[in-house]
Amino acid sequence: MNEEWNIGTREAEPGNRRRRMGLFLVCAGLVLLAVMVSGILLDGAAAETDFSRKNLAPGAGHLFGTDWMGRDMLARTLAGLSLSIRIGVLTAAVSAAVALVLGTVSAVGGRKADAVISWCIDLVMGIPHILLVMLISLAFGKGVAGVTAGVALSHWASLARVIRGEILQLRQAPYILTAQKLGVSRMRIAVRHMFPHVFPQFLTGLILLFPHAILHESGVTFLGFGLPPEQPAIGVILSESMQYLTTGKWWLALFPGLSLVLVVVLFAMAGERVRKLTDPASFHE
Amino acid sequence: MKHRLWFTGKKLIRMALLLLGVSIVTFLLMSASPLDPLQTNVGQAALGSMSPEQIAKLEAYWGVDTPPLSRYIGWLLDALRGNLGVSLLYRQPVLAVIGERLAGSVLVLLAAWVISGVLGLTLGILAGAFRGRWPDRVIRGYCLLISGTPAFWLAILLLLIFSVWLGWLPVGLSVPAGMEAAAVTFADRLRHAVLPALTLSITGVANIALHTREKMIGVMSSDYVLFARARGESERAIILRHGFRNVLLPAITLQFASVSEIIGGSVLVEQVFSYPGLGQAAVTAGLGSDLPLLLGITVVTAAIVFIGNLIADLLYGAADPRIRKGAVRR
Amino acid sequence: MEPILRIEHLSVSFTQYDRGARRRQRHVVKNLSLAVMPGQIAAVVGASGSGKSLLAHSILGILPYNSRAEGIILYDGEPLTQERAKALRGREIFLIPQGVTYLDPLMKVGPQLRKGRKDAGTEERCRAALLRYGLGPETEELYPFELSGGMARRVLIASAVTEKPRLIIADEPTPGLDARSAKRILGHFRELADEGTGILVITHDLELALTVADEVTVFYDGETIEQAKAADFEKVENLRHPYTRALWHAMPEHGFRVMPDPEDGKQVQRDNKNESGTDV
Repeated sequence: MNEEWNIGTREAEPGNRRRRMGLFLVCAGLVLLAVMVSGILLDGAAAETDFSRKNLAPGAGHLFGTDWMGRDMLARTLAGLSLSIRIGVLTAAVSAAVALVLGTVSAVGGRKADAVISWCIDLVMGIPHILLVMLISLAFGKGVAGVTAGVALSHWASLARVIRGEILQLRQAPYILTAQKLGVSRMRIAVRHMFPHVFPQFLTGLILLFPHAILHESGVTFLGFGLPPEQPAIGVILSESMQYLTTGKWWLALFPGLSLVLVVVLFAMAGERVRKLTDPASFHE
Repeated sequence: MKHRLWFTGKKLIRMALLLLGVSIVTFLLMSASPLDPLQTNVGQAALGSMSPEQIAKLEAYWGVDTPPLSRYIGWLLDALRGNLGVSLLYRQPVLAVIGERLAGSVLVLLAAWVISGVLGLTLGILAGAFRGRWPDRVIRGYCLLISGTPAFWLAILLLLIFSVWLGWLPVGLSVPAGMEAAAVTFADRLRHAVLPALTLSITGVANIALHTREKMIGVMSSDYVLFARARGESERAIILRHGFRNVLLPAITLQFASVSEIIGGSVLVEQVFSYPGLGQAAVTAGLGSDLPLLLGITVVTAAIVFIGNLIADLLYGAADPRIRKGAVRR
Repeated sequence: MEPILRIEHLSVSFTQYDRGARRRQRHVVKNLSLAVMPGQIAAVVGASGSGKSLLAHSILGILPYNSRAEGIILYDGEPLTQERAKALRGREIFLIPQGVTYLDPLMKVGPQLRKGRKDAGTEERCRAALLRYGLGPETEELYPFELSGGMARRVLIASAVTEKPRLIIADEPTPGLDARSAKRILGHFRELADEGTGILVITHDLELALTVADEVTVFYDGETIEQAKAADFEKVENLRHPYTRALWHAMPEHGFRVMPDPEDGKQVQRDNKNESGTDV
């Protein structure tokens, strides 16, 4: 009867998951970097045609098979992914910067600025993303410039809203109010006291923008509003593959699409881990 | 009650202003486009089959000589009278084209909207209730994978599997090719709508499930669920009685917010299945520089999205006793 | 007489992650022993926000994620295992929680008390429970946000007498109430005890504990520092620990002296955070 027993119900899983997360982030970064670099190096090989080896199913020589012009699909896929990652990083960075500026101005710039920016956020969120990217890309004359502008200028809205909310909440925090009373300048409060708090949210938002950016880039390219057909973009590859589906050339669509999914999921998982690392409350899962 | 009316009125005004904004932004973007509609279309055969008034109208709208501002005001005045102009490609009033295309899409859109909503809510509640355990892991994994999958690639994949390999479903279009309109049965339409609706449902689930899961986790770690446990309510009863009830309110907002995503997805998916709906019309209009049609589609789509948000707000107010009884304002 | 609840060497703790990669175990109580007799009120007094609620949760077997309890809990002389707690809570063992946030905000009071049962017997018992605390049948049709602070408190107490309670655990029963309402609530506890129910009150308020309880246990930073009959607290000389003495001095009838901070102020701050996040 007096024997001790454990009445604990649910115990924390032993082992340190944070370190594993850090390791994952490093690995994900390396894989993405490798894809990007190999794609740049393979740019020539991706465009190389050889009619003696056209329409080959995947095999030892060509892991992803070849297309109707004898181009190696692995090289094309890597080149396409590389292009997607580069455009994704660029557009996500621009979008995040826009979001940071607009979100901050909206939160600290007074009622009028807030009303105008909130209205803009609602407006951008009212048009389905893909349609807006299409429109902006058209305005910039399609191509690399068009799709970059389109994705960069359409993805800031939700992150801007998050940052705005965050800063509005911060402004009511006792230590900010105290700093104001003590006469600390607005600029200094923003840089020294607010930025460090918003930064984790911002970083997570930035990383989680990549997947969206890449997906929408490939989407508009697929529709014909993005990268031109001579580029080895995933959207172009998949769009071309449509013509060969009914004749059984499944590998033209399967592997490039699957690789794109892997890259996007890798970005999403990395973003998720950064979010958990910077937000202790969400950690116990 | 009075403040609910006032609330609705304010929302309606805001919606009208947003629609005005959408039309201005769209108009500006298209005016900025270096792709000239008159060159793309009028130079072609299109002009020949137009009536003189139509050509005059076209030039009044898109003529290079007219400054953008007066062009826009011309369009706006017509639009307020219910005339969104004439499509350059289809040579029909824009509203007629949109109506016809929307009617074609509506089956797919509604099916996907309902399926993704119900399935997303169910999966989200399950994942949230079993947080950290295997149902949660499976559902989260699915959501992660799907939110990383381009809708159009998924469409291609389904097309490959069900139409090309298995041959169960047609390759594309909304009706069997070459069939007389009168001979098309509802079953035919249904068969053609299955894959597009399936694609949109599969992709739509992820977002709703993930958000519902977050809410459910919040509910499950709330004081009132703890108290329900302390009072001996079973886990099942807690999920059904407290979890479901409290997740349902945010789910309303979530469900109507997904309208925009589903319409956006349909643009890509309809292209893959050559399904002649609104999304495909948008792509055709964009590629063919059919500016009146593209402008019309954008405005109508935005209107649908805004109306969805409005309905969500009103429903929320009606469903939440705190707002209904005027204790909390939103 | 056999105690209805006996706790021996109970330690409750939970795991916490600091920013970065460190993990640490936080102790709510260490090595706590006490007994509650039928018809008796025992009080456990601890600093505001030290995670005392987890003590209640560990007895009821509803500890949240990442927390653990070790030691012996005997109910009615038998070990209160997880399964037994599950079978008994809401039937013989009841929790009276802190406030209105423990009621489902979207469910009317009536259905909440009835726990989903619809038979006439349950309805009758819930109605009677409300009536006992001066709440008419119209209360059943109210949502929690429509209750005043005092009403909410009475609804929560009523929830414990919809059945025949043998043990009631009251977690901070009176914060935010004025002296008169608080006194009335405490009167209800005494009444319940007189009917033979054992009651464990968990509170930060020593004065409250002394007014209502027969036996008081004071713990600080997890350690039990004082355990005595309420009567023993009448003279400060009987108190052993400086912290209890400080608490004693801070009571209005003893001159309201400001309590010297027994340790550093960090304690209170970090624990506040814990309690708002007991769900971790």
